[in-house]
Amino acid sequence: MSERPVSLKADQRTPLGLVARGFRGHIQAIHVAESAHGLSAAELEQRLLELGFVEGAEVEVLHEGPLGRDPIAVRVNDTTIALRRREAMAILVS
Amino acid sequence: MTTATDIGIWNFALVGTPNSGKTALFNALTGGRQKVANYPGVTVERKAGAFTTPSGHRVNLVDLPGTYSLRGRSPDEEITRDVVLGRVADQALPDLLLCVADATNLRVAIRLVIELKKVGRPLLLVLNMIDIARRRGIDIDLDKLSSELGVPVVTSTAVRRGGTEELLRRLDTLAVAAGKTAESTWAPPTTSDLRAAQREADRVIKSAVGQPKHPDTVTGRVDAVLLNPVAGLVVLLCLLFVMFQAVFAWAKPIMDLISAGFDALGVLAHDALPDGLLQSFVQNGVISGVGSVIVFLPQILILFLFILLLEDLGYMARAAFLMDKIMGGAGLHGRAFIPLLSSFACAIPGIMATRVIDNKRDRLTTILVAPLMTCSARIPVYTLIISAFIPDKTIWGFVGLQGLVMFGLYAIGILSALGVSFIANHFFWRDNATPPFMLELPDYKMPRLKSIALGLYTRAMIFLKRAGTTIFSMMVLIWFLASFPRPPEGAEGPAIDYSLAAIIGKWLEPVLAPVGFNWQINVALIPGMAAREVAVASLGTVYAIEGGKEAAEQIGQTLAHQWSLATALALLAWYIFAPQCASTLAVIKRETGGWRYMFITFAYMLTLAYIAAFITFHVARALGWG
Repeated sequence: MSERPVSLKADQRTPLGLVARGFRGHIQAIHVAESAHGLSAAELEQRLLELGFVEGAEVEVLHEGPLGRDPIAVRVNDTTIALRRREAMAILVS
Repeated sequence: MTTATDIGIWNFALVGTPNSGKTALFNALTGGRQKVANYPGVTVERKAGAFTTPSGHRVNLVDLPGTYSLRGRSPDEEITRDVVLGRVADQALPDLLLCVADATNLRVAIRLVIELKKVGRPLLLVLNMIDIARRRGIDIDLDKLSSELGVPVVTSTAVRRGGTEELLRRLDTLAVAAGKTAESTWAPPTTSDLRAAQREADRVIKSAVGQPKHPDTVTGRVDAVLLNPVAGLVVLLCLLFVMFQAVFAWAKPIMDLISAGFDALGVLAHDALPDGLLQSFVQNGVISGVGSVIVFLPQILILFLFILLLEDLGYMARAAFLMDKIMGGAGLHGRAFIPLLSSFACAIPGIMATRVIDNKRDRLTTILVAPLMTCSARIPVYTLIISAFIPDKTIWGFVGLQGLVMFGLYAIGILSALGVSFIANHFFWRDNATPPFMLELPDYKMPRLKSIALGLYTRAMIFLKRAGTTIFSMMVLIWFLASFPRPPEGAEGPAIDYSLAAIIGKWLEPVLAPVGFNWQINVALIPGMAAREVAVASLGTVYAIEGGKEAAEQIGQTLAHQWSLATALALLAWYIFAPQCASTLAVIKRETGGWRYMFITFAYMLTLAYIAAFITFHVARALGWG
């Protein structure tokens, strides 16, 4: 995963894939940048939406995996979803 | 085609998001015994059952795999879509869809309801696990929810006695009242459809559901330990370790009892029957053969007790979370964890469970490696040899050596599955990108005694049924092979040396002697193709016949005298890999739709088995264990 520099100032949006445990915030946008997921960008977007990652939803990063702090367990409203940081890059939060 | 309504039987279907308790509700309504557990993706097939409503109306109920949408992105979800849309030839269009929702987790479920409304079938929302929701202080205004959604709403607690009474009481009226059908306007939802539906769902929830003032924190607090990067891995390893120690330590007394019972039965048969072929058949073929397998029932049940407890608790998805990086590194799909875990029971349900994997290649990789996970049929083989050859002593003060060897065999199985997957992904399917991993972590739930007992009962019945059918018939075969032809008059040495079994076993010697197998093992491996534990029973029969009437010792003691340690270890190594299960191969053929992957699996496993046994045998001999 390329650790792209994140500008927090640019309308305060950070990919969920880069935040640490304990982060709390709201989803600003779902934006799949590349399709290197074994899935098309549209398909990944659809799956994230199906799991409840929708603009406006409240998220909290509850846990990090033991190796390379990956995957992450994210509380999205009342559900906990485990996903890899690579996919979480598509979820922009603030 | 006659629709079911014409003959007065209603067809209902259970749909809903994964892990919302559809199968628990199905079991509660129909008295069924389908497997339930606390993780998403337990049900991958449609299951049919029937029940009668309070007014006496017959209902055919079909339980469907859980899904987030009717899009049908993986084989299990396609089943759900096709049944709901009436595209399955032998399944009538449902007269009523029961959309089952976890009352503690409504967001995604309500969005599914909004999508299901477009299908135009009568729809009923069942808020399951309502007891937990109420206990947590989630305040659901049922009338409001119903009017906002335009769908009748009932509550249920599928796992409690009487928890489906309200649902049953209202089904009669609802099935008729809700019975307005419309043309289906359903089309696969686009991303903007999904966003709109979720916004609508969130609006409905906001107006009809009061969130608790003090949210439930049990799951969060438990996960703070179990998903802790350090403590979590320690707990996972400890759990596995305790599990395998228990398989040996706890089962021993009951196994001794069963074993003594079969011995007594054998003596009884011996005394009751006249000397001759029939006596030999009953004592050596049937009782000694089948008994040598049934004795492992306690160990299998202990292993399943652990697995069922962890499944019901909700730990399995956590284990997947902790292991994901390792599995992903080997190129396995995130959702492969649960199929591979099921394969510890038996590769057959494991291979079926790969239907939750959407990508075809990822699914194939998982199918190819699933038989490497140590299934319960290997337990008899492993424990027989371990008990006979590995001293029952404690090392480092607290670790049973036998349990440790067992743990090692399981570990080698897992590592080789990861290795094979890695090779398949990096050398054969190089262009295959690592697929995503997204899994819901369910809230922890106290395991239910009834569900655990049912699970254990089911496993015990499967095992005993196999002992009574496959293993029994193979025993008849092996007894026949080991008894005929009879030795010529005045022949020297044991009669078995003249039998077909000895001829076949010795014929295979040039191939299998390099891995340390004697002719008795060779001949046991042939009926062992039917099922792994048959090899144990076959050895029991072959050595019982060879030993004649004086053979009072148990099979384990016989082996300890007859085999070298190197041979025993080589056979263990062989069994980690060998494709000795006809049913697994048949399921691979069915699930992959052809012979190709069945032959690939057979060939690569056989090759690995031979290499592993060869290396083990020669290393052990070099160490002076020959």
